[in-house]
Amino acid sequence: MRHIISVLLENESGALARLVGLFAQRGYNIDSLTVAPTEDATLSRLTLVTHGNDQVIEQITKQLHKLIEVVKLTDLSESAHIERELMLVKVKAAGNQRDEVKRCADIFRGQIVDVSANTYTVQLVGTSDKLDAFIQALSGSQILEVVRSGVSGISRGEKTLAM
Amino acid sequence: MTSQSKQAEMLSGAAMVIRALADEGVEYVYGYPGGAVLHIYDALFQQTQVKHVLVRHEQAATHMADAYARATGKAGVVLVTSGPGATNAVTGIATAYMDSIPMVVLTGQVMSHLIGEDAFQETDMLGISRPIVKHNMSVRRPEDIPALIRKAFYIAQSGRPGPVVLDIPKDMTIPSQTFAYDYPSEVKLRSYQPKLKGHSGQIKKAVTALLAAKRPIIYAGGGVIMGRASDELTELAQLLNVPVTNTLMGLGAYPGDDKQFVGMLGMHGSYEANQTMHHADVILAVGARFDDRVTNNTKKFCPDATIIHIDVDPASISKTVNAHIPIVGLVQPVLEEMLGLVKQKKKKLDEAALASWWQQINAWRAVHGGRYDTTTSQIKPQHVIEMVSKITKGNAFVCSDVGQHQMFAAQYYKFNKPNRWINSGGLGTMGFGLPAAMGIKLNFPDDDVVCVTGEGSIQMNIQELSTCKQYGLGVKIINLNNGYLGMVKQWQDMNYESRYASSYMDSLPDFIKLAEAYGHVGIRVTKPEELEPALERAFALKDQLVFLDIHIDPKEHVYPMQIPGGAMNELFLSKTERT
Ligand SMILES: Cc1ncc(C[n+]2csc(CCOP(=O)(O)OP(=O)(O)O)c2C)c(N)n1
Ligand SMILES: [Mg+2]
Repeated sequence: MRHIISVLLENESGALARLVGLFAQRGYNIDSLTVAPTEDATLSRLTLVTHGNDQVIEQITKQLHKLIEVVKLTDLSESAHIERELMLVKVKAAGNQRDEVKRCADIFRGQIVDVSANTYTVQLVGTSDKLDAFIQALSGSQILEVVRSGVSGISRGEKTLAM
Repeated sequence: MTSQSKQAEMLSGAAMVIRALADEGVEYVYGYPGGAVLHIYDALFQQTQVKHVLVRHEQAATHMADAYARATGKAGVVLVTSGPGATNAVTGIATAYMDSIPMVVLTGQVMSHLIGEDAFQETDMLGISRPIVKHNMSVRRPEDIPALIRKAFYIAQSGRPGPVVLDIPKDMTIPSQTFAYDYPSEVKLRSYQPKLKGHSGQIKKAVTALLAAKRPIIYAGGGVIMGRASDELTELAQLLNVPVTNTLMGLGAYPGDDKQFVGMLGMHGSYEANQTMHHADVILAVGARFDDRVTNNTKKFCPDATIIHIDVDPASISKTVNAHIPIVGLVQPVLEEMLGLVKQKKKKLDEAALASWWQQINAWRAVHGGRYDTTTSQIKPQHVIEMVSKITKGNAFVCSDVGQHQMFAAQYYKFNKPNRWINSGGLGTMGFGLPAAMGIKLNFPDDDVVCVTGEGSIQMNIQELSTCKQYGLGVKIINLNNGYLGMVKQWQDMNYESRYASSYMDSLPDFIKLAEAYGHVGIRVTKPEELEPALERAFALKDQLVFLDIHIDPKEHVYPMQIPGGAMNELFLSKTERT
């Protein structure tokens, strides 16, 4: 099962290395990881996508809790939440392919953010599934480069992960 | 502990390190000097409160500090230089980490501006130690030193204890640069608040389940020792007349010669302990972690048992075996609360059921309790340990190395007190025994301190015989000399048709001459009848280190031994018998 784990981490040097090291050391998966400081400069917010059975996920959250620099964490996938990922795709777009790519981007509400004689760069924001679907939809075109940000997530409603 | 009222004193970073240790109540620091820590050593030299013990190899310093912590529950302190000094300490840090032992390791580091440049004796000690510490930190400003040291002790000693490394770049300790010193009395960390008391609802549930048991057992581990809860555990067990088994790390948590004690469980556990566990309907696990050396195949583990699991570390609960009633908290207050409830309820277990359970347990005991061949003309290691146990009345500190001798010590020494069985259970570090015994003898000079070792293990830190001379450490070394890396040989006997790939050690030194060369007493024992007088003589030489080189039967195996892949009660009982 896929899980999105959100962590508030002390914004200290070494904290991120410790967290990532834990995953390597104990053989847990990291599917994606995003991290940046929050409005409070002493805290980083981290969103980590992982997968595993219930026992593995339970161990992951417990082991994360044990890290001294982890302030709080929550498994977003346990309740209603919003997840977003940003993707930039550079596609070959020459001749009649140009219309094809443009149409596809429109359907997915993507934006063309850069053009050259032979390429389009499309920006797309959405759930990871939607991004996957867009790549599928482009299968007729030649994809030159894909850059994905990894997932950022937040709970719906009044629930927060904050100090 | 602190001096809030006093005018702030101006101290250099180096002096602050030492003063902070003194304010923490540290008596001994175990270490070895080198370039990056010379300022700190100079500060040590200029005071008398904190004493330094100079080992011969940094690994020994870590084991000395570790053993002190195992005996007292207080963090041991290590001071080593950067680079090779720090890397030599790694095995000892990992040893402490695996057994959840509080330790504060101060490692020197090259000057801040050189970090990352592959400077002389630079190693990334934070990176190297990260997977084997509870936490690590580095000093970035000299004025932070008191707070960082306080924090290191707090983290090392609270919750589930463990080693903490503090990396100190040399320029943080410059003698001419002074700063206001104030040792904080308290540490508050928003990100670390270990749980203390257990959940009352869970504790109630646990008591109800325990009182309803027909075939109960208490399975107690090292958490009871480090959590100082053996009195509560003993009282609860005796109040309810429930059998108790200890893990390798938990020996001494319950008195070894009490009739309710069924022995150690697990891979080399007693027949009755493993049988009792396997057939139990309720297991009260206290400060134990269901590791693979206990459970054998987890799929076949204790099929009928409702498991109550008390542990300070939530991550230990349901990690390998699912707990039905988990209780997160310090074992001491949790057991105390359980005791209170049991007394208040005035309820006991079903008497008839308990009586037939004890009948069954005693039948298991009668079949296979502690047998070994006593008919040969050779010295049996089991007999040596029984003799040591008898002579020291179960009250000595027994510090063990790793191998067959360790298992014999665990099986045949009757530990009557907690914190006296000092061994590397989790990492299984050969070379641990002698330095551990040294750390104990230094801090408990009036007690008998025994190092049970083998001719393989002792040679891993034999250089410390020199340290023993310098500090007058009258350790009794029981070298169970079988001429083999016996535990390796046993596996080769059982799994590799006795092909002894590199498990025979040729060219052993004359240990008697060696002990004498270092200024100690050596006694060789080759015949069974020499054993008792030799031991008597060794223990009578109170302040002397005595190296007893005891030539034992090289063919001996450790039994019982769990059969790989089986349930925990599936055992080899001797070379020819199995369950
Ligand atoms: C540092 C280290 N290296 C290797 C091992 C693997 N090992 C475990 S027991 C053992 C043999 C120990 O021999 P000895 O000290 O003579 O004890 P015996 O088993 O003969 O009693 C070995 C090599 C270990 N535990 N630690
Ligand atoms: Mg040997």
